[in-house]
Amino acid sequence: MSIRNELENTLPAKLVVEDVSKSFAGRGRRVQALDKVKLEVGEGEFVCLVGPSGCGKSTLLNLIAGLDQSDSGRVLADGNPVVAPGRDRMVMFQEHALFPWLDVTGNVLFGLKLKPGLTRKDRREVARYYLKLVGLEHFMDSNIHELSGGMKQRVALARALAPNPRVLLMDEPFASLDAMTREQFYVDMQKIWAARRKTIILVTHNVREAVCLGDRVLLFSAHPGRIREEFKVTLPRPREFNSLELAALAGDITRALKRHTAEEAAA
Amino acid sequence: MKRFRNALIFFVSLVVFWQILYWVRNAPVLLPSPFTVAQYLWSAIWDGTLATATWITTKRLLIGYGIGCVIGLPLGLMTARSKFLGDTVGLLALGLQTLPSVCWVPLALLWFGQTEGAMLFVVVMGTLWSVLIAVDNGVRSLPPIFVRAAHTMGSTGAHTLLKVVLPASLPFVVSGMKQGWAFAWRSLMAAEIYVTILTGYGLGHLLHFGRELNAMEQVIGVMLVIISIGLLADKILFSPWENFMHRRWGTSRA
Repeated sequence: MSIRNELENTLPAKLVVEDVSKSFAGRGRRVQALDKVKLEVGEGEFVCLVGPSGCGKSTLLNLIAGLDQSDSGRVLADGNPVVAPGRDRMVMFQEHALFPWLDVTGNVLFGLKLKPGLTRKDRREVARYYLKLVGLEHFMDSNIHELSGGMKQRVALARALAPNPRVLLMDEPFASLDAMTREQFYVDMQKIWAARRKTIILVTHNVREAVCLGDRVLLFSAHPGRIREEFKVTLPRPREFNSLELAALAGDITRALKRHTAEEAAA
Repeated sequence: MKRFRNALIFFVSLVVFWQILYWVRNAPVLLPSPFTVAQYLWSAIWDGTLATATWITTKRLLIGYGIGCVIGLPLGLMTARSKFLGDTVGLLALGLQTLPSVCWVPLALLWFGQTEGAMLFVVVMGTLWSVLIAVDNGVRSLPPIFVRAAHTMGSTGAHTLLKVVLPASLPFVVSGMKQGWAFAWRSLMAAEIYVTILTGYGLGHLLHFGRELNAMEQVIGVMLVIISIGLLADKILFSPWENFMHRRWGTSRA
């Protein structure tokens, strides 16, 4: 098969965030979104960033994606400084961000068309492969507005995976889904991650989701945004979202999160 | 088929109503019968006056409209993306768009004389500003997430503009082009009715002559032709786009 090379699992990338700071102009004053954040993510690791809203986790994700530039410090992907968005780091946004003027396949093809060295036929085969992976092979010709919220996020996932990135950055992609759809997504996400090894950073405010998916859970605090605490999740995979062990660990992390929030409020 | 039948019944009853009105009023000079109007149209088709006038009018309209769109589309993209152009050209467009395009006629006549140039100028002015403003609005109201998503997939510069910004603002662009069409069509008719253009007689002139000659069947006949051209243009120029948007965006069909 001609697209075998294209579908081959590339080595996931190693990410290093070195003392990254970023502030925004707020109402009359500057808001320190990130303050000297340090983070290392290993090859093929699944890291979850958890924290209250507005703590800068999305900002960090955008910096790693290259969509924004930091004020100081730098982000390295496999030793190369990140200065702009790149196909090796794909992003899945909270809103699906699918293009309504294209059908499902057209959306998945968008990134593939920008990738050199693929024929028309190859691209279609690659798109089909990923749509099958996310369980939407019967909706290839559907229009975006005809899909449910969960299906839209599946297309967004297929679109992000299609150019075969080494890093997948996910910004609360499950936040707008209903509980049932979300839990199914956790099951599928684990399967997909097993099939397509990527380095993944997932931003979420759902602790249980983080424990279910991540190798590591990092707690973020706000004002200024910093990583406060780190939890390793060693539960065997695939993980069951409703299992007791998972719930217990999620409980510990939630308590830690509350403690940090209380400390911030006191400070 | 059912829709076609409904429309047919509706329009046939309109004609019947007209005929009854004609019998009741019995004032053929003010209200000719549908038959007299049909007779006029029939003879005007066969002696070529209608074809010539229609051709002249549509040619002015299509060329002027084309020019207006070709200038207005890229200009709208530019005013939306550049603050400087938005504050200058954008403001100018906003001002000129509020000017009813018939108001360009006196100026056009003085500049170009009673020629095709004057007619084209009026049509271009009717089209240009509303197309420009619609595209500008469309691009400005784009959710920034589209462009960000495109950037992560490796799209930059002209590719983003042509493959993301332009299609994403299609609903605005099409409604702007439709409005531009309506403005151009109205201003051209007004100009043709009240100015004699020496380079060719369009439908507006035919309407004007009908009034001069007190030939009501000609007035009504030409009006019917003008309505038909408007409908046809809507179906040919805009329906395909509207159907596409209906399919993709799930918007309602206009």
